[in-house]
Amino acid sequence: MVATSNDVMPDIELYQPTDATNALALANTLGRDGWLLAGGQDTFGWLKDRNKSPSAMIELTQVDAWKGIREAADGGIEIGAVTTLTEIADDPLVQSRFGLLATAAGKVASPQIRNVGTLGGNLIQDTRCWYYRRGLSCYRAGGNTCYADSPEGLNREHALFGSSRCVAVSPSDTAPTLVALDATMVVASEGGQRAIPAQDFFIGPARDIINMTVLNAGEVLTHVRIPGTWANAEFYFEKVADRNVWDFALVNIAAAIKTANGVIEDARLACGAVECVPRRLQTVENALRGQQRSEQLAEQVATLATEGAQPLNYNHFKIPLMQNLVKRAVRG
Amino acid sequence: MAYMHIGKDFVPPDVPGKVTGRIKYAEDYTREGMVYARLLTSPMPHTRVVNIDASAALAMEGVFGILTADEVYPDGEPDSPGLKILTNEPTLVGEPVLALAAVDEKTAETALGLISITFERLPFVLDPLDSLTEGGDNAYPGNNNTFVFRQGFGIEKWSADQIASFRAGSEPTAEPQQTWQHGDLDAAFAESTYTYEGTFTTAGYPHHSMEPRSAMAYWEDGKLYLHGTSQSLTALANDMAGIVGVAKEDLVFINAATGGGFGQRARAGSIPSMAIPAKLSQKLNRPVMMRITREEEFTIGGARQGFQGWIKVGFKADGIMAAADLYIVSDNGGKGGGADAHSAADLISVLYQPDAVRFRGTSIGTNTGHRGAQRGPGQNQIAPIISPILDQAADELGLSRVEIRKINTPQNGDVGGPQRTPFTSAYMPEALDQAATAFGWDSRQSRRRQRNGSKVIGFGIGQGYHNAGRSGMDGIVSMGTDGRLKIHNGVGNLGTYSYASTSRAAAEVLKMSWERCDILNERTDNHLPITSPQDGSNSIFTNTRTCYGAAVDMLNKMKEIAAMDLGGAPDDYDVLDERVHRTSDHGIGMTYAEIARRAMELGGKFTGEAELPEDLAEWTQISVSRLAGTAFLGVYHDPRHAGNPPGFTVTCTEIELDLETGKFEILDMLSIGECGTVLHPQGVKNQLVGGAVWGIGLSGYERHLYDPQNGLPASTGYWQSKVPTILDTPANIGTGWVDQPDPENPVGARGIGEPTQGSVSAALTAAISDALDGHLFNAAPVTADMIINHLADVTEDAVPLAQNNYRG
Repeated sequence: MVATSNDVMPDIELYQPTDATNALALANTLGRDGWLLAGGQDTFGWLKDRNKSPSAMIELTQVDAWKGIREAADGGIEIGAVTTLTEIADDPLVQSRFGLLATAAGKVASPQIRNVGTLGGNLIQDTRCWYYRRGLSCYRAGGNTCYADSPEGLNREHALFGSSRCVAVSPSDTAPTLVALDATMVVASEGGQRAIPAQDFFIGPARDIINMTVLNAGEVLTHVRIPGTWANAEFYFEKVADRNVWDFALVNIAAAIKTANGVIEDARLACGAVECVPRRLQTVENALRGQQRSEQLAEQVATLATEGAQPLNYNHFKIPLMQNLVKRAVRG
Repeated sequence: MAYMHIGKDFVPPDVPGKVTGRIKYAEDYTREGMVYARLLTSPMPHTRVVNIDASAALAMEGVFGILTADEVYPDGEPDSPGLKILTNEPTLVGEPVLALAAVDEKTAETALGLISITFERLPFVLDPLDSLTEGGDNAYPGNNNTFVFRQGFGIEKWSADQIASFRAGSEPTAEPQQTWQHGDLDAAFAESTYTYEGTFTTAGYPHHSMEPRSAMAYWEDGKLYLHGTSQSLTALANDMAGIVGVAKEDLVFINAATGGGFGQRARAGSIPSMAIPAKLSQKLNRPVMMRITREEEFTIGGARQGFQGWIKVGFKADGIMAAADLYIVSDNGGKGGGADAHSAADLISVLYQPDAVRFRGTSIGTNTGHRGAQRGPGQNQIAPIISPILDQAADELGLSRVEIRKINTPQNGDVGGPQRTPFTSAYMPEALDQAATAFGWDSRQSRRRQRNGSKVIGFGIGQGYHNAGRSGMDGIVSMGTDGRLKIHNGVGNLGTYSYASTSRAAAEVLKMSWERCDILNERTDNHLPITSPQDGSNSIFTNTRTCYGAAVDMLNKMKEIAAMDLGGAPDDYDVLDERVHRTSDHGIGMTYAEIARRAMELGGKFTGEAELPEDLAEWTQISVSRLAGTAFLGVYHDPRHAGNPPGFTVTCTEIELDLETGKFEILDMLSIGECGTVLHPQGVKNQLVGGAVWGIGLSGYERHLYDPQNGLPASTGYWQSKVPTILDTPANIGTGWVDQPDPENPVGARGIGEPTQGSVSAALTAAISDALDGHLFNAAPVTADMIINHLADVTEDAVPLAQNNYRG
């Protein structure tokens, strides 16, 4: 093993297609060797540290068809995956109908990162497990161990649920939001297009220990469609991170609740940073339907949220934290 | 006293360059034919280099050569745990093993990947108590785990029972390496009405200064030109010459600006890596740039010592601190460390004036980042530990938290520390009053522990201290025939403005307009005197003395020349408006330009060719010898002063802590400095506010993380090391100062750099404890997860008193 000091870009080809057809053709040709580059916030660290070694980058930021926010006929919206997080956070349409997403997008990292970071990048970013990022040969990196899920592992930020050899978590702030809003991911390739429910877009280690989404080689996440179903619902988003800028969530929560005459008609809740995928809290949702918001209800459902949690050495705190966030979401 | 410059704001000359980006740091320089060095660093926490095969890399086009430890140390590496230029036995991950130079960085990085090194993996340890345990692994070469000054490497072991008992919260029973005591401890505890006893941890964490320790070097005509980084140009260059192996007169050290010193750019021994481009340049006969990455900076830049401690404090019924007993095992990291533990006890002795104090300490190496000075080393770690204990005592004894501090506060005439050193002056009572009044401490107390939904209000008051002044350095001022004053100042440009504000003492003496003064710094061939390393909060006190003294020497010579040419005695003359004039008749006199011309004609002592002060440092002698005969000179060697010039701060803060998230918001914060006469108000304000950000980090966020499985550091960047961000700090931090002159400084000034971090950390940790009904975490930092665990009564399987992980 030889340690280099890194922080220098390797030789790499750069393709800058200006339309979708060319971009998809390049993605098809290059396959896994073609690194999809948008804001670059989950790119340059990997490459400069030489822990990922693709032969080429396909920069997507010049593909206008994959940018922007459009109103949909059903009262929903469609967002190009290359739209920046700042644009989403500041967009009046998103703010007015889906304030949940505007809030979540505005909580990602820092203003500088949001100015270049895109929705697509935030959704398909790799996990932030520091062992994996350090370049260790863990399960996720193709090895045969998990350094975090060990008696001495530094696993304060790791998973409570859904572990299967790997205990890394989904780091995204927008992903649980889109699960709560029942969004659909539009994925394109040279072979065509497919639409995948947000909840099915993210996959855990039991199904695929290397990839965190269902994206195949040659496929590009081009758009996110949010149906009108949850437009103007009562929303709650909160991200608890060590610091108020830059950090990934210790736990975040996204909730959309519809009430009528004080009674909860329907609810969608999802938490991030507790599992490898955004964790939808269906037991909580079921328990909320038909109930009136109250402190007692909040207390009751909070414990449901963490049933089955399996804490590691240093992440026990995520259980009460997650419960508290559920309570706050229910209180509204 | 009415001053012309002292106590007034001004625009330091480096500010326009920093605002426009034109000022140059070491990385910004280039030189024709320059090549680029990259480092190959240790991938393991403790290892030995068995073999290096660089043949493939050296055969690569664009590669010029490598430098190894064997070349740097042909007679073997120094027998100490300290930082080496390069090493064949790294004792931490990331320690430089070899350097390679190539036509560009990309080529160099690729070539490094072709080097084959055989490493022998050696046992490593990350927690001092693990190493102290019988049979535990040892961090240092030769299977040692400690290094004792003047004695060398050693090994220190406690029984497993002793370690277990300490981890379980009991007083350590093993013999310490160091101890000091004053007063009758048993008697003092016997007098105590309230006694607190318990263990604590404070985390080590890295410097992470903005500017990495990059350097560029080239040789011309036998001289080494080294562009580097420092807190003080001459203090660093003085020792760097020896590290590189070049005569002092043949080293030109260039350093116009430094992006963060924090204690480990003070001396060359803290940055021997700057010798790498110097040595490589000498070998290759080409200029060499070595740009240090953020991750390398984590390793090369050093860190604060972590503490595993036990404390017992007794208070009499009237609130007087009767006794303090402190036992600290300090984490010396992979390359040896400082004397933080001793300084922690010193702080308690100084700030709270107990009748009896005992310090016991043992320093143990771990295979983690190298430790050393970091803003208030020792004083600032203990500040957040002791402050909530004081609050608990106040509550138990029925005193207010301001009262208990005033009862114990140091003041004029008091002494402190193991040597019972008297203060040069001390106005802490005034600082406490000023802080409490300006903050409205009493009127706010009605909100104490007030609930608003899930949030609760907490208040904290804290004090900080650091010794803030030295002496024994030199000063040089010169004047050309244009009558402009040149102040030769070796103090580095750290963003503290100290290089400029101390220079103003010289302008004050000669009543020069600031526009007619030039500060000569930035490079040692500006003929700089030896100056203090600008560490330990001492620049203001130390270098106003030297600048002032050199100007007084020039002033005396001016009067002597005037008397010589215009009659009378030197004492018959004074200065005003850049003229020396007869006191009895302002019309009789000479302009400074005329005086300087006359000095040049006279030569001898007036131009540095004779009658120089005795005891000038070698570096100053070289500078003066090069100036001799070229300008009218004032030269001064500063004698030693008596007493301890303290820097004191007091901070008050109000926070709102969310009981459901463990997060807190700082609603208000105010710090008062007690640093003698304020030399430069904006400079003091900057120190108070900058120190506050550090204090917030110490209390709430920053800590080393090392993986026990492989010794890898997990907190190498700004993201993982949790340096506070703008939204973690209050929008406004109030500042103020006492502004009472210190008699041991000619303009009454003392330093203030370090204590603010301590007082802020003390206040913030006390406020967190206050919001949680007085719960003591006995730790720094206190992070959100710790607060949640406490509130939810969650217990983890974490090892008590652990170091270099989430819980210590």
